[in-house]
Amino acid sequence: MDFSGFLMMPSELGLLAIFVFLLAFDILAAETRAMRWFRPVAIALMTVQMVWGFFPAPEGTAFGEMYVSSPLTSMMKSILNIGTLVVMLQAGEWLRRPENSIREGEFYVITLATLLGMYIMVSAGNFMMLYLGIEIASLPVACLAAYNKYKEHSAEAGAKYILMTALSSGIMMFGLSYLYGAMGTMYFSDMNAAVAAEPMTVLGFVFFFSGLGFKISLVPFHSWAPDVYQGAPTATTAYLSVVSKAAAVFALVLVLHHVFGALAVLWHWMLWGLSVLTIVVGNLFAIRQRDIKRFFAYSSISQAGYILLGVLHGSSAGLTATLYFVFVYLFSNLAAFGVIAAVENQSGRTDIASYKGLYKSNPRLALVMMLAVFSLAGIPPLGGFFSKFFIFAAAAQGGDYLFVLIALINTVVSLYYYLRIIRAMFIDAPGADAVSSFRTDPYNSVSLVLCTTGILVVGVVSWFYNFIAQATF
Amino acid sequence: MEWLRFNDTLHIDLGILLDPLSVMMLTVVGVVALMVVVFSIGYMKGERGFGRYFGLLGLFVFSMLGLVVATNIFQMYIFWELVGASSYLLIGFYYTRPAAVKASQKAFIVTRFADLGFLIGILILSSYTGTFDFAALTADNAAIAVGPQANWAMALIFMGAAGKSAMFPLHIWLPDAMEGPTPVSALIHAATMVVAGVYLIARMFPVFQFAAPDVLVLITYVGAFTALFAAVIAITQTDIKRVLAFSTISQIAYMMVALGVADVAASTFHLFTHAFFKALLFLGAGAVIHAVHSNEMSRMGGLRKFMPITHITFLIACLSISGIPPFSGFFSKDEILVAAFHHNPVVFGVLLLVAGLTAFYMFRLYFRIFWGAHHYDRPPHEAPPIMTIPLIVLAVLTCVTGFVVPVHIDWAIASAGVVAAVIGIVVAWRFYAKPSDAPARLAARWAGFGQAASHRFYIDEAWLWVTRRIIFGGISRPVAWFDRHIVDGAMNAIGSGTVRVSETIEPVQGGKVQSYAILFVLSVLLITLLVFVLC
Repeated sequence: MDFSGFLMMPSELGLLAIFVFLLAFDILAAETRAMRWFRPVAIALMTVQMVWGFFPAPEGTAFGEMYVSSPLTSMMKSILNIGTLVVMLQAGEWLRRPENSIREGEFYVITLATLLGMYIMVSAGNFMMLYLGIEIASLPVACLAAYNKYKEHSAEAGAKYILMTALSSGIMMFGLSYLYGAMGTMYFSDMNAAVAAEPMTVLGFVFFFSGLGFKISLVPFHSWAPDVYQGAPTATTAYLSVVSKAAAVFALVLVLHHVFGALAVLWHWMLWGLSVLTIVVGNLFAIRQRDIKRFFAYSSISQAGYILLGVLHGSSAGLTATLYFVFVYLFSNLAAFGVIAAVENQSGRTDIASYKGLYKSNPRLALVMMLAVFSLAGIPPLGGFFSKFFIFAAAAQGGDYLFVLIALINTVVSLYYYLRIIRAMFIDAPGADAVSSFRTDPYNSVSLVLCTTGILVVGVVSWFYNFIAQATF
Repeated sequence: MEWLRFNDTLHIDLGILLDPLSVMMLTVVGVVALMVVVFSIGYMKGERGFGRYFGLLGLFVFSMLGLVVATNIFQMYIFWELVGASSYLLIGFYYTRPAAVKASQKAFIVTRFADLGFLIGILILSSYTGTFDFAALTADNAAIAVGPQANWAMALIFMGAAGKSAMFPLHIWLPDAMEGPTPVSALIHAATMVVAGVYLIARMFPVFQFAAPDVLVLITYVGAFTALFAAVIAITQTDIKRVLAFSTISQIAYMMVALGVADVAASTFHLFTHAFFKALLFLGAGAVIHAVHSNEMSRMGGLRKFMPITHITFLIACLSISGIPPFSGFFSKDEILVAAFHHNPVVFGVLLLVAGLTAFYMFRLYFRIFWGAHHYDRPPHEAPPIMTIPLIVLAVLTCVTGFVVPVHIDWAIASAGVVAAVIGIVVAWRFYAKPSDAPARLAARWAGFGQAASHRFYIDEAWLWVTRRIIFGGISRPVAWFDRHIVDGAMNAIGSGTVRVSETIEPVQGGKVQSYAILFVLSVLLITLLVFVLC
């Protein structure tokens, strides 16, 4: 057997090594004093993995084109790495609580397992490989969602997630079987040559697409998201709303461009309709939410619509804009979830009303939340403004002024509900049961500093945009 | 350096233009600014906001220098606005005093209003000449067609200049601007910013001459009227800084007349000499105010014994502004009178009258401050050296700047001007140097006119009436109503409609995983169907 293929995948091997090491650590050191070191070690290893990911990886294919590596995939993996690292930093405080401490290691190990699945999603060169990656990335997330298994909400979230995942996987697999039937191959490169607008291919494509749409939480495949986001532990919600979603977006981008380029006319209008629907419905639901995690679920649904807007304009500017949007969205959304996690750990509450007067009690957290929310709403000079700007510019370049108009109107609507949070934090008087002043966990503080820096710097420093543009060309 | 490109021909550059005109202005701005800054160290000592004051002063000087060296009209406009903004900040320096706040707002709004005309003028001009550049606009072969467009453009540009240079009827902000610290008045509202309008017109003079000669006639008459008008008002004012403010308006109007009668050299020469002696007058007034803590003439008198240096330098400035040889004002005023004489005898007559009035009100000021007798609770004392040295330097400059340009003196006209000035001085001496009831008698006989003049001929009230009744009542109120009821109403309807839709669709998200699954499957089928039907 030829093992040289493994040389093509250093980042996967590195991640696998970390995964195995931490699993062994968790098992061998369980219930001993050595567990104190688990969190620093896990975070240090993940940091190494992230930094390593930025070094140029070998390019090419391995295992008979099952696996593909290019600067683009390396950069996507780096974005996922950053997101995962931030989530791991934010999860620490919650995992240290007495009811979780015995299972602390599990969270990191499972998270890394799903990350490995996402790597495979991004690097797949074959639909079976892609499907495998999606499954590896999905099933363990159900465990994460149900992590607080003695809490009803968490268990419910886990159950809903696994049921819906199973359904979407089934539909996706069904679609894949049609594609295979139509073209007789599962390899991206072969299919790219064979794809044509035949009924069977189109059917297969739509089914496959709805499977990925589920992961990205596009309307109308989004219905699981609010319940799961609300019920799952905050760290899991952050992971689902950012890293998991980003991986699915990346896979979608790659598949659309590498395989279904010939069907562009078809999926252009399909995506057009779905992203308008996603933005509008996400916004309409977000307006009336009272729970902040549920609120961010809908906010992230409507953000997914904007991401899709970049995807559907297949130009390289659109592709760059998409990745850039995801990159900024990662920092903005994770900053928000970092604050949510900190407040929840202190008060046990996630309703928006508990944020009243946060600026008085915890000014720094309130400021981070403000930056995050402004960035999501697209206020200059924060990163979110630039990412939205590039998306709109790509769409306008494609001549799609109608969409830009709709998206702009929705941006105004989104500003309304984002400002509700700002109002609660800065203007409303704190209620009797307001969150008291507290110190944020140092690990979480690091993550918040990282995210805030990202929000402030990524938009203004053009290096990031050029870096992404370089990889996408 | 190219800064902003609109199309292949029209672009805005940033650059530095050095020619005799701009170098002359640079000298004026640089010297006066230096003197004012030195003077301010003494004047502002111990004031709150000492650092802020000098920061703003620096901003102003930067903007003014940028305005002077601008290579194109748009760059000049940018610095023009910056000058206006820093002037606004400095007038409102004592922001705890309501009068200062009001005055700064008034100055800003009036000049902004004028600048609106300026901007429209720039846009018209650039749209049909295709350039902003001064060099291209004023070149001999510049193809600027004479016509209504050119007239409108240049008239609107003159409107901007008139706003900044306080020409009638846009002069109303300058007297109130005296609420700022006195050195600021010396720098901005006497020597530099207010002459920016003159500078602008001198800079664009060839355009006026070739493309819009009618506007030059307008400038002449506006200038002549403003000169007389402001001089009459100056006679009746009792606040020494206001007297100086109206004298500034009157002198700038002189420069405008010179431009109108096509003598740019005379105009800029007067600008040059005026900057020094007017700055000297203001700084001298500043020293006096510093000593007696009041702006009112009635609280002063006999100061020549207490403040000898201020007294002598102030006297030199008064002689200069009155046009007595050999001080600088004599030479430059004479140039303007000669130009006016050859152009239009009526205008010449007005200017001669104004020269007499100028001498009268300046010496009225001088005698009432430094002569006569007044009882002080605490005897005033001479200003410290840091304040008197700038006065001395400026006094020396006032004596010598008349000779920097070799001028041909038309003695017939010069002596007419000097005689007018001497008559004015003698009358002032008779009236004010010694206690006399002549002013009171005169005032009684001309009661109505004096009353009107001391109220500045009710121009402020006229503006208020125009803005209140016509703009606020006639235009703003209906617009506001439309905005509140139609525009906001539509917006509110959209907003509440959005919320209502949001309420309506809420039950879809019921929490039942079965219904989610059904929704999922149905959606997939619907999309498939749509894709097949539509594609």
